[in-house]
Amino acid sequence: MAAVLEIDNLYKAFKVGFIPKKREILKGISLSVAAGEIFGYLGPNGAGKTTTLKCVLGLIFPDRGKVAVFGHPPLAAKARENLGYLPENPYFYDYLTAAEFLDFYAQLFGLRKKDKEEKIATLLRLVGMEKARDLQLRKFSRGMLQRVGLAQALINDPALLFLDEPLGGLDPLGRKDLRDIIVRLKQEGKTIFLCSHILQDIEMICDRVAIIVGGRVISQGALESLISEKVLFTEVTLSGIDPADLVDLGEPVSTLGDRILLKVFQEDNIENLMALVHERRGRIHSLVPRTETLEDIFVEMVRQG
Amino acid sequence: MKIQTIALNTFKEAIRDRILYLLFFFAAAALAFSRLLAVLAVGDRVKIIKDVGLASISIFGVLMAILIGTGLVYKEIDKKTIYTLLSKPIQRWQFLLGKFFGLVLTLFIMTLAMGLIFLVIVLLHTGKLEGRMLLAILFIFIELVLITAVSILFSCFSTPILSSIFSLSFYLIGHLSWGLETLIQKTRSGAARMALRGLSAILPDLENFNFKTEIVHGLAIDPRFYFFSALYGLVYTLFILALAVLIFKKRDFV
Ligand SMILES: Nc1ncnc2c1ncn2[C@@H]1O[C@H](COP(=O)(O)OP(=O)(O)OP(=O)(O)O)[C@@H](O)[C@H]1O
Ligand SMILES: [Mg+2]
Repeated sequence: MAAVLEIDNLYKAFKVGFIPKKREILKGISLSVAAGEIFGYLGPNGAGKTTTLKCVLGLIFPDRGKVAVFGHPPLAAKARENLGYLPENPYFYDYLTAAEFLDFYAQLFGLRKKDKEEKIATLLRLVGMEKARDLQLRKFSRGMLQRVGLAQALINDPALLFLDEPLGGLDPLGRKDLRDIIVRLKQEGKTIFLCSHILQDIEMICDRVAIIVGGRVISQGALESLISEKVLFTEVTLSGIDPADLVDLGEPVSTLGDRILLKVFQEDNIENLMALVHERRGRIHSLVPRTETLEDIFVEMVRQG
Repeated sequence: MKIQTIALNTFKEAIRDRILYLLFFFAAAALAFSRLLAVLAVGDRVKIIKDVGLASISIFGVLMAILIGTGLVYKEIDKKTIYTLLSKPIQRWQFLLGKFFGLVLTLFIMTLAMGLIFLVIVLLHTGKLEGRMLLAILFIFIELVLITAVSILFSCFSTPILSSIFSLSFYLIGHLSWGLETLIQKTRSGAARMALRGLSAILPDLENFNFKTEIVHGLAIDPRFYFFSALYGLVYTLFILALAVLIFKKRDFV
């Protein structure tokens, strides 16, 4: 598949302090995003995710390196004709109502009056903000702004969508809605570039991820190739057994009343444990195998990096 | 087209700004006050009304241009609204010109409103509708356009407070710089005189837009003066805008 976004060896330093001193934030970022995929851009706070996005959108100028959006440099109007962007902590013109705000952006894309009204109504419905249509944005809550932010990012039906921490400020229902929307957009053939550090949400929907730590991409690839299916350990909750008898079988994590949470590492120990519980007339309340998650990899890599 | 969209939005922003109405209220109060002053004063009452009235329009117009103009670009950057706006297919110069024209439109309407109030007050006093006053107001407006450009230029790289101080200095220097001419005449020729000449060439001369005295006193003015003043305003404004675009184009929005 063709790459819609190509970042090649990107460097960016900020001058900080009264006597300007250069602080290198991006130290040679390279990645490429293929058409039609959901690409997760993951990294701890301050890794440089937002900074990368700003370079891609032409809001800041990289010191070195190349960015191509649909094959165009970021400052070309052509590059931006077909993309949508939801910044982190979005904040918009607070003197406008939601409808006026979307109308303003729709005009920038030259939408015709009738299409415009239809589009705005559809988008407000999509993000669940029809009721707030005529409310000034200054009266919006954080999560409501996030939703309107998503609506403005979709106003031109973009082929490439940049979402920076899109789940910030959303309630559980909002998070689920957003995930559904993202998956639906992918089915429509759109490409989605997702910056986040909330891994559980990313994991479920991303095709490929890049992990950035300290301004460098330290790992990149399809999610399956990064995460193994191997069972790391099994978490067992049980009761009616003396904890002292369990030491050989696994690692007791906590006790609550007579319930014990136990981490069991070897598969055969599970058989032994079940036999023991049966023999002593104890009870097993739950038994959950834990496979490797993105979070494990992430924590591991951030520690090393 | 895109410039127009941004200009209209800027207009919306400006007319929803409380400061505009505050200034307008003060301007109207000053205009009404000029009438009171005329009653108390001795001498040519009509001239006092006209002098005070035109000066009020000019001063409050300048305050509107500076107080709103210096915030326009800065606010977009500070509140990060510029991130999404510039991620749309518009160029940075289009953004800047949109802001400029939006405020110019606002000032046009405000100047017109103040001018009409002024004309009515004069009408009440003299019983005549003096259309010639509009010419003085037109040149006040041309000056406001230039001040708007200057405010926007400063707000491209500094905070509203600093920009306001800079813009106000520009305005004051612009009105005092004609004094240099007298100074030059009194200086002996040499390096000092050359330096003063150079300075007077660079400094803006906003007195070029001041036809208040001539018009109030009904003096004849060569039409070429009007033409050159308007041209001066246009060229100076274009120059300032070009400078603003150059600075704005290179900026990182962090
Ligand atoms: N204007 C600036 N001047 C100096 N340093 C900056 C500036 N903007 C960002 N930085 C630094 O750049 C680094 C990366 O910031 P960035 O916002 O890209 O992080 P991020 O990966 O998006 O983090 P988060 O997950 O918290 O959003 C941080 O260490 C930050 O301190
Ligand atoms: Mg960020």
